[in-house]
Amino acid sequence: MGMRTIRYFLGRFGGAAATLFAIVTISFFLMRLAPGGPFDEEQNLPADAMANLKARYGFDQPLWNQYGRYLAALARGDFGPSYRYRDVTVTELIGQGLPVSATLGAIAIALALCVGVALGTAAALRQDSLADHGAMVLAVAGIAIPSFVLLPFLDLIFGIHLHWLPVAGWERGSAPHLLLPVLVLCLPPLATIARLTRAGMLDVMRSPYVRTAFAKGLPLSTVILRHAMRPALVPVAGYLVPAVAAIMTGSLVVESIAGLPGIGRYLVQGALNRDYTLVLGMVIVYSTFLIGMGLLVDLLYAWLDPRIRFRP
Amino acid sequence: MSGIWRDTARRLRSNRLALGAAGFILGIALLSIVGPLVDANRFDSLDWSNIAVAPGAQHGHWLGTDRLGRDMLVRTLDGTRISLLIGMIAASMSLVVGVAYGAIAGFAGGGIDRWMMRLVEIMSGLPLIFFVILLTVLFGRGLFLLLSSIGAIGWLTMARIVRGQTLSVRRREFIEAAVAGGAGPARIIFKHVVPNVIGPVIVYAMLTVPQMILFESFLSFLGLGIQEPHASLGTLIADGAGEMEAAPWILLVPGGLLALLLLSFNLFGDCLRDALGSDGS
Amino acid sequence: MSTDLAAPALAIDELSVEYLRGGTATTPVREVSLTVAAGECLGVVGESGSGKSQIFLAAMDLLAANAHASGSVRFFGRELLAAPRSVLDAVRGSKLAMVFQDPLSALTPHLKIGVQMAELLVCHRATSWREADAAALAMLRKVGIADPWRRLGQYPHELSGGMRQRVLIGMSLLCEPDLLIADEPTTALDVTVQAQVLELLRAMRRDSCLGIVLISHDFGLVAGLADRIVVLYAGRVVESAPAAQLFACPRHPYTAALMQCSPALTGFAQERMPTLAGQPPNPADRFDGCAFAPRCSNATPRCRVERPLLETVGAAAQLACHNPMST
Repeated sequence: MGMRTIRYFLGRFGGAAATLFAIVTISFFLMRLAPGGPFDEEQNLPADAMANLKARYGFDQPLWNQYGRYLAALARGDFGPSYRYRDVTVTELIGQGLPVSATLGAIAIALALCVGVALGTAAALRQDSLADHGAMVLAVAGIAIPSFVLLPFLDLIFGIHLHWLPVAGWERGSAPHLLLPVLVLCLPPLATIARLTRAGMLDVMRSPYVRTAFAKGLPLSTVILRHAMRPALVPVAGYLVPAVAAIMTGSLVVESIAGLPGIGRYLVQGALNRDYTLVLGMVIVYSTFLIGMGLLVDLLYAWLDPRIRFRP
Repeated sequence: MSGIWRDTARRLRSNRLALGAAGFILGIALLSIVGPLVDANRFDSLDWSNIAVAPGAQHGHWLGTDRLGRDMLVRTLDGTRISLLIGMIAASMSLVVGVAYGAIAGFAGGGIDRWMMRLVEIMSGLPLIFFVILLTVLFGRGLFLLLSSIGAIGWLTMARIVRGQTLSVRRREFIEAAVAGGAGPARIIFKHVVPNVIGPVIVYAMLTVPQMILFESFLSFLGLGIQEPHASLGTLIADGAGEMEAAPWILLVPGGLLALLLLSFNLFGDCLRDALGSDGS
Repeated sequence: MSTDLAAPALAIDELSVEYLRGGTATTPVREVSLTVAAGECLGVVGESGSGKSQIFLAAMDLLAANAHASGSVRFFGRELLAAPRSVLDAVRGSKLAMVFQDPLSALTPHLKIGVQMAELLVCHRATSWREADAAALAMLRKVGIADPWRRLGQYPHELSGGMRQRVLIGMSLLCEPDLLIADEPTTALDVTVQAQVLELLRAMRRDSCLGIVLISHDFGLVAGLADRIVVLYAGRVVESAPAAQLFACPRHPYTAALMQCSPALTGFAQERMPTLAGQPPNPADRFDGCAFAPRCSNATPRCRVERPLLETVGAAAQLACHNPMST
């Protein structure tokens, strides 16, 4: 890893930090400039009680002052109080919800990657067979059918009619409760990863260096795992960040339907209740995570293709 | 130029999957316009004597009714029409914005181009749904806001495509002639660049419609989209999910229809891309 | 099937290779028969499109998925065509090795040189990685690569073209194969490196009675190394003879013309480089008569109608021509 690579990553890091900063700033100002305040619903408060309420949340200060205090609080990890749940801070809600969502998301992306890559590779090796075409048609269905249609449908079959799986609830992450939500969450990225892997694998299997590997008498498994897999997965690496974004988006619906107490559900509730700080806090958390993933994927690219390490 | 379209059309016509998908979409679209006009029930008429009845012919409700006695068939068709309309309008909005943005960036070139594209790159990396949600929280849930924010998601790729095409078209002689003739940049962009670039853009816009429908349904499902008394497919599915145990058809009818519609759109889009792609365009 | 060591290293009999794409069929190899004796160096010469590479790709089962090979290819008596994977994997890389034209793309870009070399021994001889690394190091020295220890830890793109080709050759020799097929091993390299690579092959042959098949479009390349030479045109063998005999007296008009075109053979004294008029035929074409007739200076009416068959001429030569050059 040369000086140039380090400088490249510093540059990327700086860009990411700048983006995040811009998001926070824009969101903050949008929030303050939006028509109506968060307290418009409180119509039956007398004027001085309203003034006290506003003072408590800092609305009586000039805008720049509020901005500075918000940034400072953010740096401490304090996202401010929830406007709806008066005795809970957004930070606490995030602390409660994040483990749930993170578990769900991590299992989903892991499944999508493992099963997707395996399926795509198998399809590529049996190109043009019935299995190949069948798998690809299933992939289209996986991408097209929305999670908020599929999950209730599966719930209907497996939860209500067959009584095999619970329909809602978290129960501290017990497997049956997680099964359907994770399945529905991982399907669209799984389908895309399978398609990308198949295309990438087909391409790589035709390359001269794979031919050399076969000419060396290496068994098929070695050729695929050691010589073909890494270059074939480069397009999948490029899809990782959109995949995580898709899972995040899907979690909003899945957590709401399945009653899982994750940050997705809090975000939706917050949106319906017009709880500004809560929504803002969630958006910042999601954005931070996604931008961080982007940096990780860059590192991944460097590992997948050594040529990139030397010429970023 | 027209040769490519003719070849593509021919290739599509012989592809039974593409024809089937396109036929399904057009058929449903037609039904969604004509059906509610023809049927005796209206989408918001409440039939108190037939609350949450299963599909059947005996009570005149072919696909059953919901919790409030509203006919499912009419409601679903109505919702389909709304979803399709929103999808198409949002796709058109993103088309206009994307084409303008991309054409300007491609034509201007240099630093302006780089910064404009950097913005597109950054925005592409973020889950824009979250910002749409933020906007609905802040600015309410009016129809215009809904359309613009959904359209805001689609214009990015459009801008990229148009910029790429513009860059390749920019150096051609008729552009240089127009510049030499003293035409201002705006005139050149809109009279010369855009018409030459519009081909792949139309195709992509068609592929964007299902994306828009999906986003709108997503938002409506969560309760942040279309509001009462109107309902899009997303809203209907949300209603149905709540009634799953007792009256599954309230979920299955709109849910099934949305799934089939999106599947058809995606299959058609794939076939279209294949038919075009074999040209190397 | 057991290995018959008295048999020729490679016995190809009526090999044809056909590709089907859409509705059209191309046949780059048509009923080719040739033999490589154990320890012999065979030169295979022809223009591009003559099918010379395809023959040996077929032998090693490295053809593309839509190719179909028919005929027989026996390696020391063992049939290779349509053999099960286990048979092929036992032979390829360890007893029968192949080196390809373009060294840059022939090496896996994301694996270190050391790994790509050592895996041969680990796979075929079940050595440990450490032992295999040591053997690879020794081989790199043998093929003349300076600072071999550093090279083992590098990636293919960090080496020059000449070094990569040496690595490929060294890699192919690690398991001490009986036969090495070298497909245009010097085409992608510059002239000085070409000479070095040829010298390397010569040295390897001396040290280990390795059989070599040297495929090239250039007679000059083949001249210093081959014991026998086979000339191909449009997917068929048109002439084959011991090298000395062929160079002294080429009988097929194509062989003669091709020799004229090789600067190394004719010397650089000529003012203008003679070229062969016309184009080699498309592998998808089918023709009556001799494929070379349109370009042949000796062509007779019979040549355009009746395809000449490959016949034995004298003790060790073969010829397919109705009207060969006079001796």
